[in-house]
Amino acid sequence: MIASFRQMCNRRNGENKTVRFKDVFSIIGPAMVGPSSSHTAGAARIGRTARHLFGECPSHAEILMFGSFAATYKGHGTDTAIVGGLLDMETDDPGLPDAFAHADTAGMETIIRPGTGLYPHPNTVEIALTNAAGDRTLNMLGTSIGGGNIEIVRINGYNLKLTALYPTLIIRHSDEPGVIAVVTRLLVDNRINIGHMSVDRKNRRGEAMMVLECDGKMNPAVVQQIEVIPEVQEVTLLSL
Amino acid sequence: MNFRTLKQLAELAETRNLRLGQLMLEEQCHESGEDKDAVFDQMREYYGIMKSAVHQGLHTDTTSKSGLTGGDARKLMAYRADGQSLLGHASLSMSYALAVSEVNASMGRIIATPTAGSCGIIPGVFISSQERFGWTDEQMVYGLFASGAIGYVIANSSFISGAEGGCQAEVGSAIGMAAGALVDIRGGSPSQSIHAVGLALKNTLGLICDPVAGLVEIPCIVRNGFGAITALGAADMALAGVRSIIPSDEVVQVMLEVGSAMPESLRETAGGGLAQTPTGRKITRDLQHK
Repeated sequence: MIASFRQMCNRRNGENKTVRFKDVFSIIGPAMVGPSSSHTAGAARIGRTARHLFGECPSHAEILMFGSFAATYKGHGTDTAIVGGLLDMETDDPGLPDAFAHADTAGMETIIRPGTGLYPHPNTVEIALTNAAGDRTLNMLGTSIGGGNIEIVRINGYNLKLTALYPTLIIRHSDEPGVIAVVTRLLVDNRINIGHMSVDRKNRRGEAMMVLECDGKMNPAVVQQIEVIPEVQEVTLLSL
Repeated sequence: MNFRTLKQLAELAETRNLRLGQLMLEEQCHESGEDKDAVFDQMREYYGIMKSAVHQGLHTDTTSKSGLTGGDARKLMAYRADGQSLLGHASLSMSYALAVSEVNASMGRIIATPTAGSCGIIPGVFISSQERFGWTDEQMVYGLFASGAIGYVIANSSFISGAEGGCQAEVGSAIGMAAGALVDIRGGSPSQSIHAVGLALKNTLGLICDPVAGLVEIPCIVRNGFGAITALGAADMALAGVRSIIPSDEVVQVMLEVGSAMPESLRETAGGGLAQTPTGRKITRDLQHK
């Protein structure tokens, strides 16, 4: 039976809160190098998500710390962990404590400094990446919400949400009627379920982006099918 | 997951005639779409990493990069060797909890339970109790699922990060998770497990997050040691039939209320508490000049 909206509103307190932590391994886990799950492991995951969204090792990374991150990043190794993540290291990579040395070897220049202005969570970082040719950039705002879990809340100026826990499609497209329907129809045809979806646009009929967190393994062929949709400019499959 | 509150968790386990750990394994399989063996094996691997961390903490140098902490677990092990420790066997749980937390502070490999700042408590009480009672690894892994079920409710009803809710959210949650899981492994009812959670959480309400120099060392490490003892105490109380008169779900709501009212200086910013004592400030200054 489908409950009416009014019935939903009458439910007990607690059922109306968002489920920020989805499963047992977001509570027990991750396996990680210390010392802090939010300031080290979560930070590494944010860095690694940025790396995978960018798709290559950046030559230049600017890392802006906010809130508790800004106050304590040196003691927690937050900067080291983010740099490790940018080098595609996992949270329990034994090389993580030496990430800055590895960055030198990889030719990645890093700037770490406190950010200014408003921020959405006590543990927030803004990451700006540039490639060697200087023709590709990524700007991403990530939050570390506890126990190593993260929420990316902004990508290149679009307000979106992704947790990097699921295979996730990040699609840059034009804001036209029916684009979402065409994409989701393709997912239906491939029997892929969407767990969370967010969409934002710069302006009406302008540039837009959608993020789809999906269940199960994603066949890379799906990405190719989405890429050929005329209104779609770019598709990234994030699968950490 | 088919539960949002501790009450629902206990009722669901009783209805399905399952231990909390068994129920959480089933729920996890449903959530992730993976089969039982794969999910169980991942948790078994985590338990192995916990054991390695205890071993590492007791047998290697755990001096942290700052040089402020390390070696206290070994001190306690040496002290308790003659059997005269005031705590008796419980001092082993405390030693193991310190060992894992010291490994964490020295950038060793641990499992966040639920966080790294509170990573000593569950391994501390689990591994020491397993040695004492001769429980199998399988029982312990089910216990980890039970602790995960409890943590899942706390995390989604309140918080588990010091930056959001203070130390009560990290060490407090870990103690509640450990206590409830111990009751589950020891054969208590799901309802007794939930009482253990409420009893434990009441003892850490209001605990601030005030790490000296922003490091997960002072006071985090000793709080893990004390946390192990509290978890054993809460489990014993619940197994004896002591109840949390304020229902555990209401205690979790108090944690949310207290944490939300906590000033930012006491939520993992090193802006207050022990971090801003004359000695805390001196340590911070000295490290900056190092």
